[in-house]
Formats: sequence, C-alpha cells, structure tokens
Amino acid sequence: MSAGAVNNVIEVRGVSKAFGGVQANTDISIDVPDGKITGLIGPNGSGKTTLFNSIVGYHPIDGGSIKFRGREISSLRVPDIARLGMLRTFQQTRIYSKMNCMDNMQISVSHRDSSTFSIFASRDTGEIVEEAERLLEFVGLYEKRFLISGDLSFGQQKLLEFAMALMNRPKVLLLDEPTAGINPTLINGLIDRLKRANEELGVTLLVIEHNMRVIMNLAEQISCLAHGELLATGSPDDLQNDPRVIDAYLGAH
Amino acid sequence: MKQSTALDLRVYAGLIAFGILGPILFPDYVQTIAVMWLMVLMAVTWDITGGQMGYNSLGNVCFFGIGMYASAIVQISQFTDVAAYTAAFGAIRVEFTDAQYFTGLFLGLIAGGIAAAVFALLIGPAMLGLRGPYFAIGTLGLAVAVGELVAGWGYVGGGGGISMPVYPGDAGAGAWMFYVLLAVLALGTHLVVRWLYSTQFGLAINAIRDDEDKADAMGIHANRYKTMAWAFAAFFMGIGGAIFGNMSGFIEPLEVAFPTATFGIFMVAMALLGGKGTLWGPVLGAILFHIVKEVTWTYLLGWQWVALGAIIIINIVYFQQGILGWAQDRWPAAFGLTVDRGGAARPAAGEAAE
Amino acid sequence: MIDNLYLLTQAPILGVDLIIQGLFIGAVFALIAYGLALVWGVMNVKNLAQGDMVILGGYITYQATLWGYHPIVALPAAIVLMFMLGWIIYVLIIRRVVDRDMFTSLLATFGLSLLIQQVLNLIYGPEVKVAESGFGDFEVGSFIIIQNVRLYSLLLAAALALAIVIFMKKSRMGQAIRATAQDARAARVLGIDTDQVYAFTYALNASICGAAGVLVAMIWVIQPYYGIVYSIRAFIIVTAAGLGNLPGVILTGFGLGVWENVAGFVFGAEFAVAAVVIMLVAVLMYRLVQLYRVRQVVR
Repeated sequence: MSAGAVNNVIEVRGVSKAFGGVQANTDISIDVPDGKITGLIGPNGSGKTTLFNSIVGYHPIDGGSIKFRGREISSLRVPDIARLGMLRTFQQTRIYSKMNCMDNMQISVSHRDSSTFSIFASRDTGEIVEEAERLLEFVGLYEKRFLISGDLSFGQQKLLEFAMALMNRPKVLLLDEPTAGINPTLINGLIDRLKRANEELGVTLLVIEHNMRVIMNLAEQISCLAHGELLATGSPDDLQNDPRVIDAYLGAH
Repeated sequence: MKQSTALDLRVYAGLIAFGILGPILFPDYVQTIAVMWLMVLMAVTWDITGGQMGYNSLGNVCFFGIGMYASAIVQISQFTDVAAYTAAFGAIRVEFTDAQYFTGLFLGLIAGGIAAAVFALLIGPAMLGLRGPYFAIGTLGLAVAVGELVAGWGYVGGGGGISMPVYPGDAGAGAWMFYVLLAVLALGTHLVVRWLYSTQFGLAINAIRDDEDKADAMGIHANRYKTMAWAFAAFFMGIGGAIFGNMSGFIEPLEVAFPTATFGIFMVAMALLGGKGTLWGPVLGAILFHIVKEVTWTYLLGWQWVALGAIIIINIVYFQQGILGWAQDRWPAAFGLTVDRGGAARPAAGEAAE
Repeated sequence: MIDNLYLLTQAPILGVDLIIQGLFIGAVFALIAYGLALVWGVMNVKNLAQGDMVILGGYITYQATLWGYHPIVALPAAIVLMFMLGWIIYVLIIRRVVDRDMFTSLLATFGLSLLIQQVLNLIYGPEVKVAESGFGDFEVGSFIIIQNVRLYSLLLAAALALAIVIFMKKSRMGQAIRATAQDARAARVLGIDTDQVYAFTYALNASICGAAGVLVAMIWVIQPYYGIVYSIRAFIIVTAAGLGNLPGVILTGFGLGVWENVAGFVFGAEFAVAAVVIMLVAVLMYRLVQLYRVRQVVR
C-alpha cells in the first residue's frame, strides 16, 4: 500500500515493554513483509517471546505501535487479533489434549466471520472435514486422525498444532520455536512443510528460532534481539557476518 | 457415528419405556420417580459446564431456585397481588378456574426458564472469568447469596415462603401431571444437550475445557460461548425449578429453592458418579444415585445424611472418573475413541510422523 | 435501610460501637482465615470444611458446659481433639486428593463439610446452642458496652496467632512446613517427609479452627449448619489478602468484621449473611480485575 515496493503485513514501531523493573523490550521496530518468512533470533532472555506476546495481544505495551495490515492492533485482545487473521503457536505446544485430532482440527476453523448462531451448525459438514483431512495429510498425521491428541508424541503434537493453525487460514502465523524438542531427523521435514505452507498456502510466517541452521535455511530476513533491544536486521548472510550478532551469541556482554 | 446413534436410540427407548412403565407398576412411587427425573435433569445440565466445559459450578442450584420463584410470581401475580398474598401467610386463598391454573402454570414454566437464563447471561461474563477453584467457590457463594437475598425479600414472603396455586382436580392426577412434565423435560433436555454436543458449539466448549488460553489464541469466542453454555443449563434448570415448585405446593428459599447442601451438591456428585463429560454418564449417575438413596434411606435410621456425605467423599476421592469414565478408559473402542487402524497406532507412536 | 443510615448520622457513637464490635469479631475471623491460608499455601488444599471445623470446636465447648465445666476449659481440649481429628481426616481423605486437581480437593472437603454438619445435627439437633461464659460486660463511656468475653477472645486470638507465628519461625516442623510451602519437590529432595508435613499442617489448621470454635461458642451461638458462612468468610479474607501475608490476613479479618457489623445494621439482620457472601463475590471479581491487568506471560 505504501509507496515502497514491499508491503508489510506487520509493522512494529518503537515497542517497549517492562515487567516490574525488568525492561523486556526497548524501542523495537520490526517489519514483516507480506508473503515472506521472517526470522526472529536472539539468546535466551533477549525478549523474543515478550515481543511475540505483545504482537498477539497478551499484554498491553508500554509504548510504540503495532500495525497489522495497516490497522493499529496494540490495544486489541488476543481473540480479536486472532480473528483478524494473525495466529501464534506456543513454545510449550498447546492442543486440546482430550479431543481427537479431527476434532482438534474442526474446531480450529476460522472464527473470523462466525455469527453467534453459526456455531450451532453440525460439525460434520463435508467441506470442513475434507479440509481437515487434507491438512492432516499435509503434516503426516492422517493415519492418526482419530487418536486422542494427548496420546501423540511431542513432535506429532507440534505438527498437529501447526496443522490446526493452518486450518484457521491465517494471513500471518507466528511460530514460537517450531523445532524445539523435535527429533533432529524430523527437522528437515518440518522446514520443508513451513516453506510449503508459505509458498502454497500464502501464509506469511514470523518465526522465533534458536537453531541457527534452521533459521538461516528458512527465513529471507532476520532480526536479532539481545537484552531486549533490536541488534540488527538483515538477510541471513548479513547477520551471520555481523560482529554484534556473533558477540551476542558467543555470550559477550 | 452411526453405531452410537443406534445405541443412543435404544437407550432413549429404554428410558421412555421405564418412564411409562415405572409409575404404572409402582403407583405409590410416582413422586419418587418424578424426583428421579429431576435428578437426571440436574446432572445433565450441570455437566454442560462442569463436564464438557471444565467449569465446575457449585452453585447451579441458584437457577433452580430462580426459576421456581419466577414461576411463583408469574402464576400468582396474574390473579392477585403477590405482596398481599405472601403477607397473609396463606390466609388468602385464590380459587383458580382450570383454565386460569393451566395458563398460569404454562406461563410460569416459561418465565422460570427465561428468568434463570437471563440471570445466567447477566452474571455469566463476570463469574465465568473466574477459573478453577475460584469459579467453584464463587458460584457456591452466588447460590448462597441469592438464597439469602430471597429470604430477606418481603415481597415474595421472605423466609416464610409462598404457597403455590393448588392443582384443580384430584391430587393423584396432579402428581401424574407433574411426573409427565418432569420426565418430558428431562428427556427433552437430554436430546437438546445431545444435539448441542454434536455441533461446533460442543467442540468449542470442549476446547475451552482442554485449554482455554489456546482457544482464545485460536480466535474462538470463548467468553461468549461460556456464557451461552451456562445459560443453556440455566434455562432448563429454571423450568425444572418451576415444575418442582408447583409439585411441592409450597416453596421457601433455603430448603426448597436454593438448597446448596442437598440438590446443589447432588448434581455434582451424580455427574461425577456416572462419569462427567460423557453423554450418558450424568443420566446413569443420577438414576443410580437416586435409586440407592431412596432404597437405603429408610434403613439408615437418621444416619442417611451422614451416609450421603460419606458417599460423596468416597465417590470423589476414590472413584472420580465415574462409571462411564472408567468404562471409557477400559474399553475405548466401545465409545468410538482412539481406534482407527487397530491397536497398531500406539506402539508405533514414537516418532512415526514421517 | 434509609432509616438506619439516618440513625447513624444522628448518633455517630452508634457507628463507633458498630466498628469496635466489628473489630472484635474480625479477630476470630482472621484466626480462622490464617488456618485456611496455611493449608492453602502449604498443600494447595482449599478446605471448604474450614467453617464446619470451627463449629465442631464450638460443640466441643458446648459439650464441656453440659458436663458442668467452664467453656474456657474446653480450649486445650478442643485444640488437642481437633488436632487428632485433623490428622485422621488427612490420612483418610486429604492425602488422596492433595496431588489432584483443585476441584477434587474442594469437593472432597465440601463432602466432609456435609458430613460434619450432619453428625452434629444428629447428636445435638438443629437448635442453636450457646456456651455461656458469664464473664460480664464493661462500659466505655455511656454508650459503648463491651462484653468481657469479646475482649478476652481478642486477646486469646492474638496469643494463639503469636504462638503459631513463633512456632513457624523457630521449630523444626515450622521450618519444614515453610520449606514445603515454597517448593514441595525441593523439600522432598532435602529429606523432608512432606507427607508428614502435610498431615501436621492439616492437623494444625484443624486445631486452630477448634480454638476459634471455642471463642465462637462463647461469643455467639452455634448451630450445625452455620459452618458454611465461616468457610466463606475465611475464603474472602484469604482471597483478598493473599497467601502468606499474615498482616494482610489480620487486617482483612478486621475489615470484614467491621463490614459485616455495619452492613448487618444498615441493611437489617436478615441480610447479614447475604452481605458476607456478596462480599465474597465482590472480592473474587476484584481479584479477577487485578489478574486481568497483570496477565502472566504465556510461553
């Protein structure tokens, strides 16, 4: 929309957040370009998850502005922001653990335009079921679709959570450490699926990641946080050679 | 799905057969069996929020009492002044014609349901913001508070209570009518609830039970659905209270309308006994609980309430998953759970996603 | 209600009287709430039978007077008996719910509350009882009459609270309790028998309730079904003050006593209980708003 060539779905401008006396985020500005995969890295405690939580509305921010598709969302609450089409997954994977995978998928449909009474539609409409099965197939859980999701392995639960997010057809998906705790042999498959979701389904991704190999492989643009401040933003190559980033990761203070 | 529908139909048929044959075979126990249907109603409606949504209320009995009082006010106010009627402590007798009585009763039942549901819609957004034990304690407090407020409200007779309009005609016929009303209400409510669980709404409240923060994060209108689910429960409890009030003939706040320590806890215990969060668990629990209670009552020589407390404790401490919950763990296949490609899924569950 | 408010403006001394009387009641409430905060904080059990244990202590006192003793004699007896009973209840019930979800412990103690009510009802009947202390009154000025028994109760409650605080600070068991409250797993690793600690904590709470019950029986009346209101009062105080905040518990206890006394006068005695319970709902709502403002970070 703006004059520039790149259209940003999320624009974070000068966001600060403190918890008690601890300054978790200071004056952070980040752009998430439409249709791309953007990475967010930084050592433990650098304020990545806090920034995530600020964007998706878990807590009010102390200052700055957060825009989603040109609309100010920093005062909206979590479900409202989710209904606008911006979803997040959790570091500690969260699914509805006593329901089976299909039910998990079916309830994850978009609630964007749901009126009060559309919720009383039968759950067995063909379209939704087909979509759910297709996406479970996509993440490789089709065979397990009638299992109680709490019985799945941790890695499978992560995949299910990802599929649930896709079921919602979000515009943007914020992934909090998608590969944490996953068997290394599965990571390549996951990266592949993230890329496919981005390319085939047109979902813009913002990914927090610890695993440098993964994020360098995945993202086209990366921002690095340290001590709650934005250290650098650039392409994976730029960041890999940025001395400040290397310092942050090697533990220099 | 098909299979469970057939099973459900058979259970409904069995219940209806029992509903018809029971009072015919045991005509002395019409009232007792009527109360059994009330118990079923209570357990089933409690389970909407308690079992399916994970919001364990200890105060749903307040909807029962509100429905009862709303129907009393509506039925009496049509033909006389309520304040004068209650002030006279039964000295004013209103002779209703049949038509007056039945239109009054009909309007009263509807008013009972609506008043309770409206109350739930009003307090729901605030109360349902409380989580876990705070919700349980808060709702318990709410029920006690409403009961105490009604007990201090002179217009409806305060603690002295109200005499309900008397059924015109002989008492036996009246008992039958209330029996039919309660049985139909209980079964009808179960049908509605069964339908409710088959919709997206059912999934939404299950999702709220499993992880409300996740449901929020996925854009589910959690607050709206929580209140709606509670209002559903309240509506049917309200009608139940209205019928029970008329059946009792005399209502008063602490023992009949808002009995937190009896009906209020019974409904929780019954749902837990049968298995909370299952479709038939609350029904099974209510029937068993009521039968055991009625059969053993007279032999306990005054110790029945003590025994009841003990049963509730044992139920909760030692057998919390309930009968159907236990059966579901034991034979998941029979409940349409887990099974797809036989038991092979479990051992392979390691990292078989690829 | 308007009349009563008018009366208060006309005779402010009445208000002073209400507040002073409220403070005396509040001391007993604070004691009961302190016991609840103890089990809540240490073992995360929300004891809905709290009030019924108080009433049970009251009936021990009443029994003592039936045998011709002065009610104050029942104080040590109530403490010891309730301690033993608390231990038994822990072994039979609480031990099995301590690690489960909180609704389970809540319901189990609610069942226990029914049980205690009904046993008392069977033995003593539903009539209200009182344990007459015969301590007499004394007057402050010409309007305010204070029953000596309330004064003594205040002092006793304070002495008991002080004893418990010293016990928690100095004794080995007290230290073990505090360690367990902070982190039960770490305490277990360090060799503390947490089961023992839980049992002791629950029993200690029961004897606190028993002692409070002695005071309640002397100051007011007891009845098998009065327990629930004491439970609710304890919950109000703990919820408002927070766990592990002894000064807060005492202050809120006093505050609740005053509120109850004033509300009972202004709205009329028939709304006294309603005033308490509505306060519970209000406190919960207040807490909700607080929580809303400082939402936890979700990972």
